[in-house]
Amino acid sequence: MISVALWAVAALLLLAPAGIALSVHPRGSTVLYGGCLVVTLTLAVTALINLLDPFHPTWDATLPVGLPWLGAHFRIDALSAFFLVVVNLGGAAASLFALGYGRHEDSQGRVLPFYPAYLAGMNIVVMANDAFSFLVAWEFMSLTSWALVVSHHREAENVRAGYVYLLMASFGTLCLLLAFGVLAGGGNYDFDAMRAAHPSAALASLVLMLVLLGAGSKAGLVPLHAWLPLAHPAAPSHVSALMSGVMTKVAVYGFVRIVFDLLPAPEWWWSMVVLAVGGPTATMGVLYALMQRDIKRVLAYSTIENIGIIFTGLGLALAFKAEGLDWVAALAFTAAMLHVLNHALFKSLLFFGAGAVLHATGERDMEKLGGLIHRMPQTAFAVLIGCVAISALPPFNGFVSEWLTFQAILLSPQLPSWGLKLIIPAVGGLLALAAAFAAACFVKLFGISFLGRARSPCAAEANETDHFSLGAMFLLAFFCLITGILPGFFIDALAPVSKAMVGNVMPHQVGLEWLTIVPIAESRSSYNGLLVFLFVVICGSAAASAIHRLASDRLRRGPAWDCGYPDPNPAIQYSASSFSQPIRRVFGSVIFAAREIGEMPPPSSAAPARLTVEVHDLIWNGLYAPIAKGIGFATERLNVLQFLTIRRYLTLVFVALIVLLLVVAL
Amino acid sequence: MSGLQFDIAHLLAGSLVLASFVMLYQDRLYSLLNVYAMHATVLAMSVAWQAFVQEAPHLYLTASIALVFKAIIIPVALHRIIVRLGIHREIETAVGVGLTMMAGIGLVALSMVVMLRVTPGADALAREDLAFSLSVVLLGLLIMVTRRNAVSQVVGFMSLENGLVLAATGAKGMPLVVEISVAFSVLIAFIVIGIFLFRIRERFDSVDVQALDRFRGERG
Amino acid sequence: MTTLRDILSQGAQMFLVLLLAPLLTGFVRKVKARLLRRRGPPLLQPYRDLIRLMRKDVVLAENASWLFRVIPYLIFAGTWVAASLVPTFGSGLLFSWTADLIAIIALLGSARFFQALAGMDVGTAFGGIGSSREVMIASLAEPAILITVFGVAMIAGSTQLSRIAEFMGSSEVGLRVSLGLALVALIIVALAENARIPVDNPATHLELTMVHEAMVLEYSGRHLALIDLSSELKLLLYVSLIACIFVPWGAAPADSGIQAFVFGAALYFGKLAAGGFLLALFETSIAKMRVFRIPEFLGAALMLALLATLLRFVSGSL
Repeated sequence: MISVALWAVAALLLLAPAGIALSVHPRGSTVLYGGCLVVTLTLAVTALINLLDPFHPTWDATLPVGLPWLGAHFRIDALSAFFLVVVNLGGAAASLFALGYGRHEDSQGRVLPFYPAYLAGMNIVVMANDAFSFLVAWEFMSLTSWALVVSHHREAENVRAGYVYLLMASFGTLCLLLAFGVLAGGGNYDFDAMRAAHPSAALASLVLMLVLLGAGSKAGLVPLHAWLPLAHPAAPSHVSALMSGVMTKVAVYGFVRIVFDLLPAPEWWWSMVVLAVGGPTATMGVLYALMQRDIKRVLAYSTIENIGIIFTGLGLALAFKAEGLDWVAALAFTAAMLHVLNHALFKSLLFFGAGAVLHATGERDMEKLGGLIHRMPQTAFAVLIGCVAISALPPFNGFVSEWLTFQAILLSPQLPSWGLKLIIPAVGGLLALAAAFAAACFVKLFGISFLGRARSPCAAEANETDHFSLGAMFLLAFFCLITGILPGFFIDALAPVSKAMVGNVMPHQVGLEWLTIVPIAESRSSYNGLLVFLFVVICGSAAASAIHRLASDRLRRGPAWDCGYPDPNPAIQYSASSFSQPIRRVFGSVIFAAREIGEMPPPSSAAPARLTVEVHDLIWNGLYAPIAKGIGFATERLNVLQFLTIRRYLTLVFVALIVLLLVVAL
Repeated sequence: MSGLQFDIAHLLAGSLVLASFVMLYQDRLYSLLNVYAMHATVLAMSVAWQAFVQEAPHLYLTASIALVFKAIIIPVALHRIIVRLGIHREIETAVGVGLTMMAGIGLVALSMVVMLRVTPGADALAREDLAFSLSVVLLGLLIMVTRRNAVSQVVGFMSLENGLVLAATGAKGMPLVVEISVAFSVLIAFIVIGIFLFRIRERFDSVDVQALDRFRGERG
Repeated sequence: MTTLRDILSQGAQMFLVLLLAPLLTGFVRKVKARLLRRRGPPLLQPYRDLIRLMRKDVVLAENASWLFRVIPYLIFAGTWVAASLVPTFGSGLLFSWTADLIAIIALLGSARFFQALAGMDVGTAFGGIGSSREVMIASLAEPAILITVFGVAMIAGSTQLSRIAEFMGSSEVGLRVSLGLALVALIIVALAENARIPVDNPATHLELTMVHEAMVLEYSGRHLALIDLSSELKLLLYVSLIACIFVPWGAAPADSGIQAFVFGAALYFGKLAAGGFLLALFETSIAKMRVFRIPEFLGAALMLALLATLLRFVSGSL
């Protein structure tokens, strides 16, 4: 079966050069995205067959490319299969969306060739079974996504985004390269050999740190997230959806593959490092998101939050695994994996919605939108479902994975380590804060862009998007609901992954009464999304029909009441910035060094009063700016080397040679 | 000690920590003093409960000292000082309430871990009581650090000292130490209040000067 | 037979909370008025208000979307389902396993999410101010209550409300410091969530400090009736929740006879009356806070809840 997958990837790689030819053709994008849709669906089905196979087979293949003595090894096991499903589900949805959306793209030639290549890169990373193929595919994925980020290269902001992204991606790959270098030890880059080798605790810890830097920078862990909110929004929207919804998951895959699979049993303090990064990432990410007014940037920052939640789950799994409580580790790990799937679903959906809005209005700035629910009712409905799901509200899917994570946290007093006893309640608090902020953030996103009155002519004259885009959005919205009300099936499907990674599985869920999920025992906790959904629907419609029949069903339209002060000017509405002002004032003064400066004109002056809000990114100022400054300083000093005579250049080369020889000799 | 007695002792000690947190949260002098009176009352109750449980009558004396001096006389006296100095307005907290509370949580966690870690063999009540009293002491220090106003610093100090009394009474078999420490601490408190009173005068002169500066247009 | 009884008790619970909720609000208003030496509206006034509102026409703002008309039903359904899952007179509810305490809180969170959206739908300044402040309050209240739940769940070893109620009613539990802290935190959150003084004033209009009322300003007729009923249900829910966790005695277990249920119901009325009286007493004795004092107030609840959970983590017996 793996040959099907490999042929599919080869098809994607062939579609890439075909994209060059297709880009000049008027219907070229339809052909290309249609091709991608078919191929990604094939891949998703193949992976699903592997994941749902009751015997959990592993499919291996070796191709005679890559390092001459090694070849390229590929394998689909449960973990790879699960991530292949996520990658290709996201890829298929993005391709379907792009069938409509991609037609409006101005610079087809800059998108079409790279899009299938990018999909192929992500697939190969997940299937690779040796370090060389993994790294080559990883870098391939980074470079193709970089090309897509700078596809609209005429905007200066996008060029800067691409530059920062390229730097951070290279840094991440470097860290992964070093990690594999340490793991390979004797020089055998095959994953099987790495599993068999037993590196010392110190070396294994070094690998963990390097992977946290390498995969973490790709996933967007704070403080390595700086590139993500720049790069993700810069790409065309279907690519943004892939980058946020899928590529960050490939990074999570890299982390899980190395830390849970290739490394030996975890040390007790590893989990503390992961938790100490994951919890703050969740809260910081969503706080940043709340401060933004660009729709796509809000979504990109919220990706950081969700990555934080996933890494918190992984950290908990590591903690329990290290202490031998593998049945709880299975719970935490399954929660993290379920959140991987959920986030891929709703984040793609929301980016599609942002793309539809961007296409309909030409605006990404929420302060220029408003009232779109009247002009784009179907998009609004799909985006609303995405917003409810990502805010972790029942009965949708985001709630299920957060609920499972909380259940794992509730079991953590069993851990003996004192450090964990202190850090886990704090992380629990941070997650709870993040969940509440996420709700606030998406009330803002939906309320400002879709509700209220149009704040600009382009929002007032927006038109509903095309059927392909709507189809993709409704498909994902449907998945969000299904995963939310029938989580048992998904938890059971994840059992082989959890078995392979942490050595135990959650109790079998499907077959319990009413499809309830019971993570440990029914006396501890249970949740039934299906019944909650049904109860809400029944109660709501019963109330509606009773009231309409028995009391009154009359309705008139009139001007808004607004306490007697209605104002026809749409600028009177709360804007994105004013909506988050209370939260900015409460939390931002410390975290963002936010300051509000109000300037009142002197009495009797007719000048307008001004309010200036300063928000600083302390991480950028404190970490990145000094590094950039240091590098700038160093390059300026070294600049003189560019203006030497030929004799001096030769001397430099000669001295370098002698020094190297000396190193070898000694 | 039976389960319920144990629980009540815990609850009282925990309420003392809670009262310390309430003090951290207050930003008006009067309410700070009221909370301090409550703090001392809780301490008196806690000591009285220990006296009852341990059947140590001399602890009743300690309790009544705490009640009379700390819950009534000292708050009333400070109240008068505040009235006379005319400073019954908001305390200038050096750090925001949220951050102070977070730091407080951290300190409680720290004292819990330290105490429970270093005394694994000791009696459960004693260790947890000690942990609570260490928290009260640290929170008192935190109040002193985060406040600029001298009166609230005095109050912080007094609450710190309440924590010491709690530690002394919670541990069995230290009656002498208890007596001495109580007497000593009351003495210290009086001396310190005396010293602080001078500082209060000094400080409020300077505060007035700052207010004048602000009138001249220089940011104080 | 048992199934029938379970269904009956669950159904009775559902309609009991719906019927009692306006009464509790009327009771609180009456007590408040008496404490202020006013006569106050009759106890049954909230019912009359609801019926009157239901019969009236809905006047919908011109700009209101379909979402605006659906939201009252969503809020009502979410709150009602949540309120039906909190044990009142009997602890063993038929569907108690459907949603544990975390899910009940999240269900209320869904209701609030939609309420905040409703405030922004018409596009008025007041609606926006209400929604914006509501999410600010929620951003602290929700974590506070979640962490309180963590603390309580760790003591009881379960997040199922029936289990928690049974455990708390048993003699194993005793007095715990962390329970005390959790109680204080839960009360603060309940005040904030129900828009009571000192966080919000349920009786004002036309004041820039209002939060809840500003969000629902554009609602009228049956929609407003549903939203009012939901807030009354929410108040009842929180009083029942506090009663069920901290004073669970008297609630009838699942397999008890009719006397136990009657006894439990009588006791539940008593608890509600006590809760309503204390709320009224507290509200009359305190002033409303500035908006930017609320985060400190709720932050205190968050810290207390965190402290309770922390104590539970480091020491098993606290």
